[in-house]
Amino acid sequence: MNSAEAAKRAAKEIPSLPLDADGPVFREPWEAHAFAMAVALHERGLFTWPEWAAALADEIKHAQAHGDADAGDTYYRHWLAALEKLVAAKSVTTEETLHRYRDAWDHAADRTPHGKPIELRPDDFA
Amino acid sequence: MAHDHHHHHDHDHSDLSETELRVRALETILTEKGYIDPKALDVLIETYESKIGPRNGALVVAKAWANSDFKKWLLTDATAAIVSLGYEGRQGEHMVVVENTPTLHHMVVCTLCSCYPWPVLGLPPVWYKSAPYRSRAVADPRGVLSDFGVTLPKDREIRVWDSTAEVRYLVLPMRPEGTNGWSEEKLAELVTRDSMIGTGLPKAPHEISK
Repeated sequence: MNSAEAAKRAAKEIPSLPLDADGPVFREPWEAHAFAMAVALHERGLFTWPEWAAALADEIKHAQAHGDADAGDTYYRHWLAALEKLVAAKSVTTEETLHRYRDAWDHAADRTPHGKPIELRPDDFA
Repeated sequence: MAHDHHHHHDHDHSDLSETELRVRALETILTEKGYIDPKALDVLIETYESKIGPRNGALVVAKAWANSDFKKWLLTDATAAIVSLGYEGRQGEHMVVVENTPTLHHMVVCTLCSCYPWPVLGLPPVWYKSAPYRSRAVADPRGVLSDFGVTLPKDREIRVWDSTAEVRYLVLPMRPEGTNGWSEEKLAELVTRDSMIGTGLPKAPHEISK
């Protein structure tokens, strides 16, 4: 299936997705990456949209219980957290692996001079 | 030619926010495990490229078209002029605005995707980051422009600028004909991202809905 169509369908299926007349809108590039990853995983059949909507709703409820004002600017933070939990729950990866890769990217950013593309190398994994 | 390959580095390393680190971590793992194809992801993201970030550059250009004092300021001290509108980039960015004229066309290249000024221009198109685009833009700017459907008069000089970590360029396109008396908001609708990179021209008045 055409990925743009898949994204459009995602926009219909997921309540409260930030949209304008043409489709999803993003505040920062990483938000589009987080959105696109969920669309791609859904296409692979890793989860259904109702399943995703429930995971995201849990995440938002949890954040609100801990004082998130939910002004809209944190939507994709919740999205990312839900995605991390869901891929771990589906045994695609583990929380530990996510941490290890996060630290490796941090290391890669640290050793990359400002302005050069940041790329991950094996020695970034401590 | 105003093309300069020297990249100066006042900062000793790059920074990714906590959230960006997590997104990259997840994306790398999913790619390695074959759950996502980064190329397919790029295609999807490109669908939304005009929907990412505030694209404040269009408003900067529109203001320069409408207000000659602002335009003068923008061309002499772009960083300050842009900040005066409330659009601040990351630390250390220095903006330079280059003006298109009937005799001179500017085009910007940059492969430093981590440094692309997306708060001003919106997300870069995928092709913009590719090495072939960069080298062809330098060697054959007229050919690249014609790929984008832009044919310029033969006698118009084309200058290619290389964005660096510290200097980001924004092209000030020529104001389209038939827009006398237009408000800044309406003028901004004519300003495309590509026209601010120099790989396109602004829309003509008849191309936007009245």
